[in-house]
Amino acid sequence: MNYILPSLRLWIVSFLVCVVGYTALMLAFAQTVAPYRANGSIIEVGGKAVGSELIAQDFTSPRYIWPRPSAPGYDAMAAAGSNKSPTSPDLTKRAIETIARYGATPDNPIPADLVAASGGGLDPHISREGALYQAGRVAAARGIPTADVERLIETQAFSAAGPLAPERIVNVLELNLALDRMAR
Amino acid sequence: MLASILTITLVIGGTALLSWPLGKYMAALFSGRFAGADRLFTAATGGAGEQDWKQYSLALIAINVVMFGFVFALLATQHLLPFNPDGQGAASLDLVFNTAASFTTNTNLQHYSGESTWSYLAQLGGLMWLQFVSAATGIAALAALARGIGGQATMGNFFLDVQRAAFCVLLPLAIVVAAIIAIEGVPMTLLGAAEVTTLEGAVQTIARGPAAAFVAIKQLGTNGGGFFGPNSTHPLENPSFFSNAFQMVSIILIPMACVWMFGRIIGRPKHAAVVFGVMAALLAIKLTAAVTFESAPTMAFAELPVRQDVGNLEGKELRLGAITGPLWAVLTTATSNGSVGAMHDSLNPLTGLVPMAGMWLNETFGGVGVGMINMFLYIALAVFVAGMMVGRTPEYLGHRIEGREMRLVVLALISHPLLILGGTALFAATPWGTGTLNNTGAHGFSEILYEFSSSAANNGSGFEGLGDNTPAWNIATGIVMLIARLLPIFVPLAIVGSLMAKRRSAESAGTLSVEGPTFGVMLFLVILIFGALTFFPAAALGPIAEHVELMR
Repeated sequence: MNYILPSLRLWIVSFLVCVVGYTALMLAFAQTVAPYRANGSIIEVGGKAVGSELIAQDFTSPRYIWPRPSAPGYDAMAAAGSNKSPTSPDLTKRAIETIARYGATPDNPIPADLVAASGGGLDPHISREGALYQAGRVAAARGIPTADVERLIETQAFSAAGPLAPERIVNVLELNLALDRMAR
Repeated sequence: MLASILTITLVIGGTALLSWPLGKYMAALFSGRFAGADRLFTAATGGAGEQDWKQYSLALIAINVVMFGFVFALLATQHLLPFNPDGQGAASLDLVFNTAASFTTNTNLQHYSGESTWSYLAQLGGLMWLQFVSAATGIAALAALARGIGGQATMGNFFLDVQRAAFCVLLPLAIVVAAIIAIEGVPMTLLGAAEVTTLEGAVQTIARGPAAAFVAIKQLGTNGGGFFGPNSTHPLENPSFFSNAFQMVSIILIPMACVWMFGRIIGRPKHAAVVFGVMAALLAIKLTAAVTFESAPTMAFAELPVRQDVGNLEGKELRLGAITGPLWAVLTTATSNGSVGAMHDSLNPLTGLVPMAGMWLNETFGGVGVGMINMFLYIALAVFVAGMMVGRTPEYLGHRIEGREMRLVVLALISHPLLILGGTALFAATPWGTGTLNNTGAHGFSEILYEFSSSAANNGSGFEGLGDNTPAWNIATGIVMLIARLLPIFVPLAIVGSLMAKRRSAESAGTLSVEGPTFGVMLFLVILIFGALTFFPAAALGPIAEHVELMR
């Protein structure tokens, strides 16, 4: 029995169905039902793309809430984790720098998510506690009451899946956009 | 803690429930109950004559050659072809070899980052195509094995079986999963990277692409190869808690259903239930261990003013929930999936041991089709050992297991540790391995051990700090993946071929029942003793040494 010819026919048939047909179907579905999501959840302000809702971007100004550390420096073409062992002295060194930037002290310890890098280095969220931790700095830089910033954080904080993931988190880019809107 | 237990119960319990009807459907499909579809498939490949184990294996080799050859050519020439909006250049030939071998063998070990290496055509036409066909090949092989052991005269027809698996099992499920995760936020576009100006005025380029279609079959076919570099930790590959939950369900659904399918084709659903129980018990042990070990905070931050009340967060994503790290790590290595929901290199040392143990055993549901085939080898071993213990001729479903079959079983089982430990020894002793590490000391050794375990288990996850895009790593792991894929498929088919040639005896009161708890315990112990003892010394040098030395 010949095995080559059926294999080649299987190649063509499966390519047409599983690559061409399937891709076309899912493209049509996603672009029709959820075009914003399908194209990368890009947020536009005044017609200009300012970022993706799902991708962390770098914030260094004291006026903004800062995201989690990023191994690739928020390069969304080179997403990666640190891939350091949790016992690694390199992590301690990185954490000391982060802690200095935030000015954390033993009396005012920093929430862990602001010190630990995420898996892809592009985690768009921080914990509610991590956002509240920065409220004082942001309020001072903007010359507004800390309570206003805290109130905004509380309205933006959400739990990812109700009782299945009760920890509340905040989307950093959306929070910062809201802060800018508040100023105007 | 309550939320974690609830999530685990819903994901694993829910999938187990779904796997029952799916297994029933798959058994009917591979028993030829859907004549219309079968006629169509027969016409597509021309003929569907019955095959014995040799013919079935030759057909399997033929399609594997076509798969490897076509994708090798496509990847090597991607820079000359269309659907390349981000202008990806030519990849090195050793990386092309490794990637083609990796996806042909259902491993999906990735020594590259998709968004900076492959064009959309290479990702969809090459890699995604293999994610369908390689998975279908595994399911087909299990159907053939089940037919043979269940007493049918032939093994069926390979070309018919592959199309049944690809078009009637994988494709419909992939459409459903792709639709769900696209709504949740996984992109599905042919547009190139997006350029945005951040609030602070910097330019950020954001990779995107036709990821939803890719990610769905990546999970369902126990492939695991991500569209983006950091796999399902990337927010665009896994944007929400629910996309995460659906992806975890997709990882174990078909491997679970394969057990029921096997049981139905051989006509022994009770036997399948015992096997399912043993697999579930192993899964529960690994899960308990991983969740416990990962609740320890990041040791590197212990002396610093850091509030650590949530366990180790390095390499984890907040939106996926605290349990995802250890849960996903166990599921992805219990099956031969290899996608990741947290960075395994940054798991606590003993947590990192759990996925390695999963890959060493490689049959806690295992890869689609091939997981149950691996389990068949352990079943044969357990039956043989039990037979020797009570002084009776070992029999499995009326087949006498004798010297010839046992030699083949041992050949297949021994090849696994041989490839892992041999490769690890070579690379730990030479600059091929030691020059590519991202961590020092015992953790560096773990990176090498993990890479070979992942290759030999056709898993594809990694301790990704390892600088593995070198000719030495690409060639060595490419060869390991090919051997480790083909040997554990052909040898079991040969064993069953050998059993089919012998007269089947009727089961009597003296035969060891494969449907009771006694057999379940026997099987469980054989797996544990064989797996644990083989790999314990290597585990002691890597994760256990790191834990003892550095965790306080």
